[in-house]
Amino acid sequence: MDFEFSDEQELLREQARGFLADNCPPTVVRKVLDGDAEYDAELWQKVAEMGWTATVIPEEFGGLGLSYLELVVIAEELGRAAAPIPFSSSVYLATEALLAVGSQEQKEKWLPLLASGEAIGTFALAEGNGRPSVSNLTTTAAGGLVNGRKIPVADGGIATFAVVVAASDQGDSASLQLVELDQSGVSREAVRTLDFSRGHAAINFNNAKAELLGGEGAGWAAMEGLLDRAAVLFAWEQVGLADAALNQARDYAMGRYAFGRSIASYQAIKHKLAGMYVKNTLARSNCYYGAWALDSDSSELALAAATARVGSIQASVHAAEENVQTHGGMGFTWEFDCQFYYRRAKLLSVNIGSEGYWQDRLITAYEQTNAA
Amino acid sequence: MDFNDNKEEAAFRAEAAAWLKANAPSEEELAGMDELAAAKMWQKRKYDAGWACIRWDKEFGGRGANAIQQVIWNQEEAKYKVPAGFFVIGQGMAAPTLMTWGKPEHHERYLPKLASGEEIWCQLFSEPAGGSDLAALRTKAERDGDDWIINGQKIWTSGAHYSDYGILVVRTDPNVPKHKGLSYFFLDMKSPGVEIKPIKQLTGGANFNEVYFTDVRIPDSQRLGEVGQGWQVALTTLMNERAAIGGGGAGVNVEMAYRIANEVMIDDKPAIADSAVRAKLANWYVQESGLRFTGYRSMTAMSRGEIPGPENSIGKLVGAPKTQEMASFCMDLLEMSGAIWDENLSKEAGLVQLTYMGAPGGRIAGGTDEIMANIIAERVLGMPQEPRMDKGMPFSEVPTGSN
Repeated sequence: MDFEFSDEQELLREQARGFLADNCPPTVVRKVLDGDAEYDAELWQKVAEMGWTATVIPEEFGGLGLSYLELVVIAEELGRAAAPIPFSSSVYLATEALLAVGSQEQKEKWLPLLASGEAIGTFALAEGNGRPSVSNLTTTAAGGLVNGRKIPVADGGIATFAVVVAASDQGDSASLQLVELDQSGVSREAVRTLDFSRGHAAINFNNAKAELLGGEGAGWAAMEGLLDRAAVLFAWEQVGLADAALNQARDYAMGRYAFGRSIASYQAIKHKLAGMYVKNTLARSNCYYGAWALDSDSSELALAAATARVGSIQASVHAAEENVQTHGGMGFTWEFDCQFYYRRAKLLSVNIGSEGYWQDRLITAYEQTNAA
Repeated sequence: MDFNDNKEEAAFRAEAAAWLKANAPSEEELAGMDELAAAKMWQKRKYDAGWACIRWDKEFGGRGANAIQQVIWNQEEAKYKVPAGFFVIGQGMAAPTLMTWGKPEHHERYLPKLASGEEIWCQLFSEPAGGSDLAALRTKAERDGDDWIINGQKIWTSGAHYSDYGILVVRTDPNVPKHKGLSYFFLDMKSPGVEIKPIKQLTGGANFNEVYFTDVRIPDSQRLGEVGQGWQVALTTLMNERAAIGGGGAGVNVEMAYRIANEVMIDDKPAIADSAVRAKLANWYVQESGLRFTGYRSMTAMSRGEIPGPENSIGKLVGAPKTQEMASFCMDLLEMSGAIWDENLSKEAGLVQLTYMGAPGGRIAGGTDEIMANIIAERVLGMPQEPRMDKGMPFSEVPTGSN
């Protein structure tokens, strides 16, 4: 047993952190936040050149063939930097979907493009308010054509293709459909979310040409398996964000004086930050377990992923909220960067299903583990 | 990173499991024994076979095992309902302090009997006027030839009534600032002038005590560290205390709450089907799992040569309030019957109610929640201390209150 990253993985972390400090300073996040672009194309290009988008893609498909332990290190650093790029959509979701259930032909076509960053993939499940279920899916797929509307779709406006969850009249009543988005059967509208530094869209499918991804009538199970894998990767990004928010709160408190002394010397502030540290640490430790379960394809993945996800949602949202609070009025201004974490933490916490959804998944997985 | 055993670890686990299977006491064997006798019997059996305090050097009764092997042993031993609980202070706190600050003759004399459970130790730190502000303690020691004469009072001393030895912090110089006037000793609890009075707790039990010292003599050879260095020595004990107490998963845990939630009904359905119940259990599972893996990470760090640091305060800071919340919630699940505390009538033989009643103690003993949060803020996050009114002031001039 060994519950730490290797020296090589720690070296990768240092490199990633240094790279993002140089190439994704707050000004880069702010440029997307303030502007009309849906992502920072230049940063995306550089990240792809670093090979990050290719991390776990096998070499035969143009990837680096590294493990998930390398990918989670990168995810954490991207979270820390609040990077305004479609990494989670393209790498944690679209790439994982192809790796998990793509045909040889689909892999050969798409994985090299995803690895190089030339293609951006995304994942389309939600159809509006409320928790998606197999019985309330209205998007349909028949005869290689998809019809329906998905909203919100992260990075939907810039993606090359989407993995769409559609209703099926077979098996588990759902299928995954790979839909190229640059076609006449697809129209997209930008959707504003609370995180202005990450683009989202509504996508309308009107007899859009599609290709079945995985088995017909095996889409719901495939989607849940995909979310388990993505949950671990999202969780690492959230833990990176939570750590950054805690550090920002501490640095500000240390330098801010009130009543003649640093506010970091008041127990009201110390206990607040200690609480953030505790949540962050537990979340990180659960993420270790998730990373190992993902990397080793463990039967414990469903439980490990939900545990990592719930812990990291709680830690990151808490850290982002209390970071603003620690900054007082300045934390509430547009000028200060506290908003990056406040926006991103909440966005990530609903992006692939809420805290409540994952709490329920956790107990279901716990029941299955105990019954086994 | 690998959560599975490697080949050596698997072999070690198999060896530990086989020994436990052959030697763990059965319920019949323990029937009728009092808890202390049962614990001593099991500890001695482990010691004789080389399974006690396995990380200690062999010459002191240990096995020379590494931190990961300790994790494995703990996992395997936890599969059995074996007696435990009397040796935490001696083995987890006094022993590391002896190892760090004691002389070779201390090690030879005391460590093996700590490992075997033949001698039990207690911790004489807290005083009526020195709890969270431990360094405000007033029990004094005065030099008399090769001895020290001790006068004063300790409080909250768990197990003083069955302990053979105690670790003790006293004031040897009241005319310097409080942290600088302390010294650290250990003593024979049967020494003349030691008087032990039990304190009845709100649970109804009486596991801890007041201990009075009237002209108690301690040889200078039982001093650990230099005169005036008692605070540094005490910190060694306290750091190990937080690691030793830890978060635990014993008593009311997710496993028990899950069992109860399957057995009781809400709106004619098992409570576990209720989304609010599921959310709460999920949160506690996240905490239990997070503490377990945080502990494992700390073990990995120790096996790479790092010493346990202030981050170990997390176990207690999370575990103690969690225990209280879970016990409270389990009583809520039982609805009106949750109030019944009776071995025969209550679910889980009243353990939920017992845990709830004992939980406030867990949040206070070994450093309150608030002190734990201060330790994390100051020693992990590097935040400054609150200004102190007594800073730099001779102890004898520090103001005192009426409580």
